[in-house]
Amino acid sequence: MNTFATAGELLAALDAGEVTSVALTEAALARARAGAELGAWLHLAEEQALTRAADVDRRRAAGEPVGALAGVPIGVKDQIVTRGIPTTAGSKMLAGWVPPYDATVVERLHAADAIVVGKLNQDEFAMGSSNERSAFGPVRNPWDPSRVPGGSSGGSAAAVAAGHVPLALGTDTGGSIRQPASFCGVVGLKPTYGRVSRYGAIAFASSLDQIGPFGRTVADVARLMGVLAGPDDHDSTALRSPVPDYLAGLGGDLAGLRVGVPEEYFVAGIDPEVEATVRAALAQLEAQGATLVPVSLPHTPYAVATYYILATAEASSNLARYDGVRFGHRTAERVSDVADLYAKSRAEGFGDEVKRRIILGTYALSSGYYDAYYLKAQKVRTLLRRDFEAAFAACDVLATPVSPVTAFRLGERVDDPLQMYLADIFTIPSSLAGNTSVSVPCGFDGAGLPVGLQLIGPPLEEGRVLRVAHAYEQATAWHRRHPGEEGA
Amino acid sequence: MAASGGAWEAVIGLEIHAQLATESKIFCGAPTSFGDAPNLNIDPVTLGLPGALPVLNRRAVELAIRLGLAVGSRIDRASRFARKHYFYPDLPKGYQISQFEEPICVGGQITCDVDGVEKTFGLTRIHLEEDAGKNVHDPKTGRSYIDLNRAGTPLVEIVGEPVLRSPADAVAYMKAVHEIVVALGVSDGNMEQGNFRCDANVSVRRPGAPFGTRTEIKNVNSFRFVGRALEYEIARQIAVLEEGGAVVQETRGWDDDAGVTRSQRGKEEAHDYRYFPDPDLMVVHVDEALIDAIRAELPELPRARRLRFEHSYGLSAYDADVLTQSPARASYFEAVAGGVKDPKLAANWIMGELLATLNREGKDLEASPVPAAALAELIALIEGGTISSKMAKDCFSAMVADGVAPAAWVKQHGGQITDEGAIQAAVEAVLDQSPAQVAEFLSGKEKVIGYLVGQVMRQTRGKANPQQVNAVLRASLEARR
Amino acid sequence: MEIDIRHVARLARLELDAAEAARLGAQLGQILDYVAQLDGLDTADVPPTTHVLPVATPWREDAVTARIDREEVLAAAPEHDGEAFAVPKVV
Repeated sequence: MNTFATAGELLAALDAGEVTSVALTEAALARARAGAELGAWLHLAEEQALTRAADVDRRRAAGEPVGALAGVPIGVKDQIVTRGIPTTAGSKMLAGWVPPYDATVVERLHAADAIVVGKLNQDEFAMGSSNERSAFGPVRNPWDPSRVPGGSSGGSAAAVAAGHVPLALGTDTGGSIRQPASFCGVVGLKPTYGRVSRYGAIAFASSLDQIGPFGRTVADVARLMGVLAGPDDHDSTALRSPVPDYLAGLGGDLAGLRVGVPEEYFVAGIDPEVEATVRAALAQLEAQGATLVPVSLPHTPYAVATYYILATAEASSNLARYDGVRFGHRTAERVSDVADLYAKSRAEGFGDEVKRRIILGTYALSSGYYDAYYLKAQKVRTLLRRDFEAAFAACDVLATPVSPVTAFRLGERVDDPLQMYLADIFTIPSSLAGNTSVSVPCGFDGAGLPVGLQLIGPPLEEGRVLRVAHAYEQATAWHRRHPGEEGA
Repeated sequence: MAASGGAWEAVIGLEIHAQLATESKIFCGAPTSFGDAPNLNIDPVTLGLPGALPVLNRRAVELAIRLGLAVGSRIDRASRFARKHYFYPDLPKGYQISQFEEPICVGGQITCDVDGVEKTFGLTRIHLEEDAGKNVHDPKTGRSYIDLNRAGTPLVEIVGEPVLRSPADAVAYMKAVHEIVVALGVSDGNMEQGNFRCDANVSVRRPGAPFGTRTEIKNVNSFRFVGRALEYEIARQIAVLEEGGAVVQETRGWDDDAGVTRSQRGKEEAHDYRYFPDPDLMVVHVDEALIDAIRAELPELPRARRLRFEHSYGLSAYDADVLTQSPARASYFEAVAGGVKDPKLAANWIMGELLATLNREGKDLEASPVPAAALAELIALIEGGTISSKMAKDCFSAMVADGVAPAAWVKQHGGQITDEGAIQAAVEAVLDQSPAQVAEFLSGKEKVIGYLVGQVMRQTRGKANPQQVNAVLRASLEARR
Repeated sequence: MEIDIRHVARLARLELDAAEAARLGAQLGQILDYVAQLDGLDTADVPPTTHVLPVATPWREDAVTARIDREEVLAAAPEHDGEAFAVPKVV
């Protein structure tokens, strides 16, 4: 099969008996090994994957019912726990940890007969925008290995873009699916907060974290989203609302669609090539029948500050469990008491960025500062939500750039945390509001690096943003270009 | 107060932790059973594994509401859970999920008798939270071992206002709370297992003065310890103040063997719990229908029942207390009392024969061989004069042994003989056969009448009315003088 | 913005060497200066967003549904005695 065949094409070939899941799984593993220099994979689960693939092949051949992704290889971000398969969240703290349980989404992948081939590299505990914060080395961008793939789900985006697997899972807290999807020229969906169970997604910021799908086409992302979405008895924040058939919902034109264009997303600081590319995409939507509506999200400039208080505060709490008692890294040094054991184990186990956020978050929650930081940020979060509510009264979706820049060079920004945070300015607001947003490829800059278009919909309107993204994708050819291919 | 020589007043507030009577933990499906080998009752949530998330146990919420309604709290329609952060090996997540600014129950009061005086003490709040695990230190290895079986067990924390003024107040209050949670089935109240324990906050002041600096005595799990610890601590604080010193705000532990409280300062840093609303749990909404349903099922509380037994049945305070020791005992009594003329007689039979029998056979009242209706029938037969109390005891034994019904027993054994002629005949027969005893009696040794009564009762196989036998005997003996 | 980085690190149970403390302190000061822009917003009458979801927390029925194997769990623990997790003496 073609390296860049979609999940839809693979399923058709499998159903036609033209290929087996074992062959597809072996090919995916071989590509992952051959592409090891990208650093996308932390662990390949060869034995488990081939066992499952053989079982799916046998059942399919016997005419038994099989799941919606039967036999299709998929990669899973290492932030998501997998029973019996090492899970580290990109941290030395969890090096060698083998979880005794599966995340709900992993159970759903198994129920859909998808083949989990391995675990994908990421920024440590999903904290980063470049994938340079992994304890196990950076991931490189398949379009230009001297550049970052984005983050924190950099391994997921890179593995899909490079054709190792057609599908992957990522997690998005402030842009960690959309930004790497944009940098790597693939499709990435951040679902509405609560649409996909977080059970088994290692927590970074609990009120923001969402698991979501990566694919090279909108249809593949819709197909995978249908498997992931839905209520879960293990997650109080998983929404009970019924799950539409996202794949069947694709199609139709954009006539009558009102596309909001927020002025705050086209401001100084945005790379002119990115702006031009996204504006061309807006014109394309208009040409397809959509109406562009200028809207304002006036509190956008406050989003990054709000996010970095809320996310770090929650992170400081969520990461308190890494104490070297029940699992994870414990210092080998002599310790005087338990407090010393904790302080040394945590100092050794966590990387720089994680420590920085734990300290910031601890400070924001500490006695005397709570009201000034955490409570204040929660109030500004309300203002940001109201911005979106007002905007969605005037339009159906919002269209914006995903990132102000294209993939930057490794090491270029690593020493300036604040500048790194500011690069998330376009993805953070919709995370804070709990909306759904998709990143879809919309062109390339002069250096041949992909640019992503972000389509933001109101809560639970995954179907709507995917339909718009699909219509745009079908009218353009960006998704047919792949790294390393002729003309790329 | 015994401890104070001069005019000092103690100010005491208790925070009581009661483990809720649930099958599973407050935020996950791991069991709450006690006494298992370490770390068997665990799951990803209990362990705080990466990725694990809490989901609230309905029963825990219902039990907290049940307690709140019983003590007159306002049930908050929208309460919330928060995270309370501190690092300790028995706290798997590095935070405890508890309720902070928005507890489920607000206010309420506890009424109890302190040395015969009725007092009512206010509650601040009752909130839900999870318990921690257990550390055991082994001096041989120099290590501490952590068992998380208990971690995540549901608790209510019952926070009392600082309105207790003596150790006696505190003990009576704690007993009253204990009685209520047990009667409601909210908790098993087992204190040896640590399922009911308290932290006592105590300070002293001159009457009318502002509150003094308080200390907190942690984790006291017996009524006696609370009384002793408070007596000691109050005396200690007074001594410190009278020597011109200052009480240090700190946590202290009670050492019952030494009979002292000891500072636990230095064992903990100044706490900064960094509370914030737990993002993994949303607002706990409680609707009217649920509250009404729980209210409709509230049982009568033991204290109210005791008072009612005294007033409605004319029982002594002692009898009312014994008969209300358990809901089962109280309803058994009410069932018996409803079927007889004299509730006091019902009380005597239950507290006497019945409890002795159950005690002897090691049975609970629920498994009593004599149902309430049968005992009522037996007592009614006594009241109607059909059988004597003595016969009733024989009948009761038969009821216990064979489950025979009182009416059947009377049918088989015959009723009491009250016919004057029949008794007279029996008496004459006995006197004819006992010339020596008759002579003895007539010589003034009247004690011998007991032997003669016994003979008549034997002659009538125990069925003669004893009072009548006595009277006829005396008359007949006099007639032979 | 100056923060007592040592105190915060102690609260967070993170041992920092002097260089790390200085570097982190400077970076956090910079971030907090940036965050200070929020002070310019009047939020006196704005309710906080604790959850973006306007729904009540769901309840699970009180039933024993989950338990995991102790061996599997202890296998991942840095130190244990076959039954319990072990740590240096808890003071």
